[in-house]
Amino acid sequence: MVTEPVLDIRNLKVDFATRRGVAHVLDDVSFSVAPGELLAIVGESGCGKSMTALSILGLIPSPPGKVVGGSILFQGRDLTRLRQSELRRIRGGDIAMIFQEPMTSLNPVFTCGEQIAEAVRLHQKASPKAAFARAVEMLRAVGIPEPELRARAYPHQLSGGMRQRVMIAMALSCEPKLLIADEPTTALDVTVQAQIFGLLDELRQQTGTAIVLITHDMGAVAEMADKVAVMYAGRIIERGPADAVLDNPGHPYTRGLLASIPRVDADPDADLPEIPGIVPALTDLGRGCAFAPRCALAVDACLAAQPRHVAMSGDHSAACIQLESGEVSA
Amino acid sequence: MTAPARTTVPAARGPMAEAWDIFRRSPSAMLGLLLLGLVILMTFAGPFLYQVDPFEIVWAPLTPPGEEATIPLGTDNLGRDILAGLIEGGSATLAVGFAAAAITMLIGVVIGAYAGFYGGIVDDMLMRVTEFFQVLPPLLFAMVVVTLFQPTLVNVALAIGIVSWPQTARLTRSEFRRIRTLEYVSAMRAIGAGDGNIIWRVILPNALPPLIVSATLTIGMAILFEAGLSFLGLSDPNVMSWGLMIGSGREYLLDAWWVVTLPGAMIFLTVLGVSLVGDGLNDAFNPRMRER
Repeated sequence: MVTEPVLDIRNLKVDFATRRGVAHVLDDVSFSVAPGELLAIVGESGCGKSMTALSILGLIPSPPGKVVGGSILFQGRDLTRLRQSELRRIRGGDIAMIFQEPMTSLNPVFTCGEQIAEAVRLHQKASPKAAFARAVEMLRAVGIPEPELRARAYPHQLSGGMRQRVMIAMALSCEPKLLIADEPTTALDVTVQAQIFGLLDELRQQTGTAIVLITHDMGAVAEMADKVAVMYAGRIIERGPADAVLDNPGHPYTRGLLASIPRVDADPDADLPEIPGIVPALTDLGRGCAFAPRCALAVDACLAAQPRHVAMSGDHSAACIQLESGEVSA
Repeated sequence: MTAPARTTVPAARGPMAEAWDIFRRSPSAMLGLLLLGLVILMTFAGPFLYQVDPFEIVWAPLTPPGEEATIPLGTDNLGRDILAGLIEGGSATLAVGFAAAAITMLIGVVIGAYAGFYGGIVDDMLMRVTEFFQVLPPLLFAMVVVTLFQPTLVNVALAIGIVSWPQTARLTRSEFRRIRTLEYVSAMRAIGAGDGNIIWRVILPNALPPLIVSATLTIGMAILFEAGLSFLGLSDPNVMSWGLMIGSGREYLLDAWWVVTLPGAMIFLTVLGVSLVGDGLNDAFNPRMRER
């Protein structure tokens, strides 16, 4: 890496106290993002992607959640050690987040412009009038037609794609260094999804904002991501440059994820490959590899100990026992 | 209807404007507003149009309505003008009603908001306090408060407020518990809003509709409460109120119906008006009423 990373997460561990015992929601999660870079975090539901996002902002519901180890370095400062008042200044100011559900992420009783203006005024000294003008300007920047009119519209008067653009405008209104997008297109139409991804990519190139994109959409990952981290059961099981991970996946789970994407050149009558089983409950993970029960290639040794990350090439590494023994089946 | 291609955004209409639209179309709600309006008009404009001291003896006691042209609604057992009493008493009754409702909302919303927002030990402690006030018999407790201190209008309003806030607190708490888990609250948090900002500027505006309805009904309840206290002779004896008129006239009910019935009818109409307005607001804020 040439430039200093804007976000550097090292060995982050987050536990949740549940009735059935302690769940290791995040276990030894490490990754870094440089300015202007886009890191995609992929994985099934419940594997810890959103928890990673929330822990960066210090928004893990606590109790029951607790950061029990590791550090989150943002521009050299460890966010896990900051007080709430300091974190509040960073939230929305230096690090912004956009959520999955644009339909419910906007406050229904205020106009879109008022909400963006509010976000501006939380971080900058601005008169209500100046903040509203800034809101209109942001709405124009995210490609909303007739921004002066839409700024006076209530959220329920806008479509889902429009609302997600409003959310992006709100997130970018204070020029954050890092934008976390938690499945920003899951609730949207396919055509709108492409527009939103395009918008994020464009804004990143214009402003140099680093983006952590949490997504299921491997197509978007292939198109936009610089780096990929694959999560499973609270761990990163594979990470590396996007091209390397997508072209030469090292972990059987990553291969499974990639295989389950529909392809135009595949036999239309054949079943879509799937990964059997579901993500295990985080309270009853054994000592071994969490994916082993679902893995076609699992051997007894998989259940004995947690596999180490093995470097495959450069920054590309995966945590699978097959790589440890050098039997890479590529 | 041919719909032309719409290129402009529909005119921005806030939730309040929409609620008013629904409210306006309900005949009972508008009747309630009319009743309430008339009562308020009577108590504010009345003293200028009908300048008679309600405590002054103006004619023979127990003169029936209509018998004497200058005293249209007759006199009470002391020969005091009933119409003057109704006009003057209205302002006391309404003032106590609105003041008590304001006190109820103030205490109830603050306690309910903090309990619902923070949950945990804050919630436990505040809810135990709330339950303590909830199990007190309201009328008895209000009577004790008024007798211990001076029975002035301010104390009566305070007493009613103190016994009525627990319901408001519980309602506010449940609304806050519901709303605090919604995504737009997390979104505001992620944008850097602090607790105070989220409580008062994000959650409260969204919790307002049921609270406005509850406040309206509290006004009606407080008016009845004030009448009850005055009837028992526990309200301010130096201020004419409808309850006081009923209380002092109750012994003459069989000989002179008007002494008690007229102020009673005023209380009835006022509380009816307030309740109809409350029902209308309830419908207006109900999201299911919007889709038709």
